[in-house]
Amino acid sequence: MITLSENTLQEIEKAASKYVDRKSALMAALWAAQAEFGQLSPDVIKAVAEVIGVSSAHAQGLATYHSLYWKKPVGKYVIMLCTNIACTLMGAETLLEHLEKKLGIHEGETTPDGMFTLQEVECIGSCGNAPAMVINETFYYDLTAEKIDGILEGLK
Amino acid sequence: MEKILLKNIDVTNINDIDVYIAHDGYKSLDKAFQMGPAAVLEEVKRSGLRGRGGAWFPAGMKWQFCVEVNKFPKYLIANADEGEPATFKDRPFLEKDPHQLIEGMIVSAYAIGASKGYIYLRGEYPTGYKVLNAAIDQAYKKNMLGKNIKGSDFSFDLAVHRGAGAYICGEASALIESLEGKRGQFRVRPPYMATHGAFGMPTVVNNVETLVNVSHIINGGADWWGSIGSKDSPGPKVFGISGHLQKPGLYELPMGVTLRELIYEHGGGIKDGKELKAVIPGGVSTAMLTPEHLDIKMDVKSLQAAGSAIGSGATTVMSEDACVVHMVWRAMAFFYHESCGRCTPCREGTDWMVKILARIENGEGRTEDLKILEDTCHTIHNNCFCPLGEGAVNPVLSGLKYFRADFEEHIRTRGCPKGLRARARH
Ligand SMILES: Cc1cc2nc3c(=O)[nH]c(=O)nc-3n(C[C@H](O)[C@H](O)[C@H](O)COP(=O)(O)O)c2cc1C
Ligand code: SF4
Ligand code: FES
Repeated sequence: MITLSENTLQEIEKAASKYVDRKSALMAALWAAQAEFGQLSPDVIKAVAEVIGVSSAHAQGLATYHSLYWKKPVGKYVIMLCTNIACTLMGAETLLEHLEKKLGIHEGETTPDGMFTLQEVECIGSCGNAPAMVINETFYYDLTAEKIDGILEGLK
Repeated sequence: MEKILLKNIDVTNINDIDVYIAHDGYKSLDKAFQMGPAAVLEEVKRSGLRGRGGAWFPAGMKWQFCVEVNKFPKYLIANADEGEPATFKDRPFLEKDPHQLIEGMIVSAYAIGASKGYIYLRGEYPTGYKVLNAAIDQAYKKNMLGKNIKGSDFSFDLAVHRGAGAYICGEASALIESLEGKRGQFRVRPPYMATHGAFGMPTVVNNVETLVNVSHIINGGADWWGSIGSKDSPGPKVFGISGHLQKPGLYELPMGVTLRELIYEHGGGIKDGKELKAVIPGGVSTAMLTPEHLDIKMDVKSLQAAGSAIGSGATTVMSEDACVVHMVWRAMAFFYHESCGRCTPCREGTDWMVKILARIENGEGRTEDLKILEDTCHTIHNNCFCPLGEGAVNPVLSGLKYFRADFEEHIRTRGCPKGLRARARH
């Protein structure tokens, strides 16, 4: 059994106060829980569902419907590389290969030391500065393999 | 054209309400409150403003439907999901100039008679989430939001609802489902949103850029605003141009600018002096065009006549270096990933098409594959609940229409002439 921290609970209540129906705060609650636990395991989802007052199945359904909720453990840094059309035109696929080689993992995997998760994502609204990626909440633009090497070096 | 929407985008701290007010911000509220809601609605109708989220429905008409319903409270929702691939035009308002959106929403809500508002923000914009929340807090403190705004009898509450990465949630009715804490899935109409929208109440959903325009219409008047750009779909527009260009980026231009001007004047021409091969004019779900279409105007009517659509106005350019088959495969991988799975033609059709396109790209294509692709598109067309499925067929059909020889070459020579491969995707 997992208990949500006081902080997370407060955030959920604050979100709930913005709607006529508390169920609307389910997405915000999942965000808050993900911020606390780093991922949404079935136990975490169950705890969130109870606080909001929906079934676990409903909350689970919502969590799996969205690509930004992590359903399994992720690394300290989640590298989200866009490979949608503008980024692919500008060479994103070569960068994906570069990252896979450099980190020694496939797309969708996490390095054994738990540092990096590599995730291919759809458009992140940075198409004018393609190719682009997001690491946790920081955006990086106009990428090249060398630039990526420098960025990862800075994160160690 | 002098900038209207992006005029203050690079002003330092324009996200701060005092700086925003010092740049004539929130001025349209005084004028609107003087005019009264009916006159504001009339002004917006007269301006010819059409929604900038993709469907280009006349904003004033949509509002009118909602005004006519005698049920309260009414909701106004800003669609900040910006999910159409290659679209990045709403982002500056969300991350840099949030008060421009808030101001536009207040004036619009006043005309509609909405007392509650949400900004449905895509999960991929964490900065926007912080910036918008801070701006809303400031607006409450200055009584631009909340009870009796600026001493008027109008009250309006606004909050941000954060999405979590699902393209379909940008579709207005799916967005409302998502707002209500359910999985974002398309709602069959009727009932319409004007009567049964968010929480069963009358609701208007408008794109961010649509709402941003409203205060400018009120400040400058419908005649001035409506005289900008194209008659059929007037006003200023933020065009996001991407792909093989010398100067990709955001450009605020009048509606009706030609593709040629967009690409060669503003975008600086094709990257590395290459030849233009194809253009996607309005986001991935619009049909691609060719160099023959360069003199087409970026407005609703002209692009429709050319067999495409203006969509979000996100224009992506491919030079001779691009492989059309590869791009169509990548577009389909997106639609397959984003299909909500409810209708069989969309769910299975996009799956099939990714697989077929991948095998063509990888040199395992068969002669009959092109026919299967076309048949699958026709099966999806008109057989799906929502326009996502309809959008998915556009890259394939337009690709086959204009670049069939490229597909055939892949099949004949058993591979991609550019040496590209389609990856396995999850
Ligand atoms: C699959 C799909 C995704 C959509 N995504 C968006 C979006 O991200 N942003 C948006 O403003 N409209 C989007 N739309 C269009 C909306 O359904 C709706 O038409 C629009 O928000 C209405 O606003 P407007 O009249 O101001 O354009 C999408 C439509 C579909 C079918
Ligand atoms: S067309 Fe596709 S996305 Fe739309 S409702 Fe059907 S399965 Fe879902
Ligand atoms: S296509 Fe990569 S950021 Fe838009």
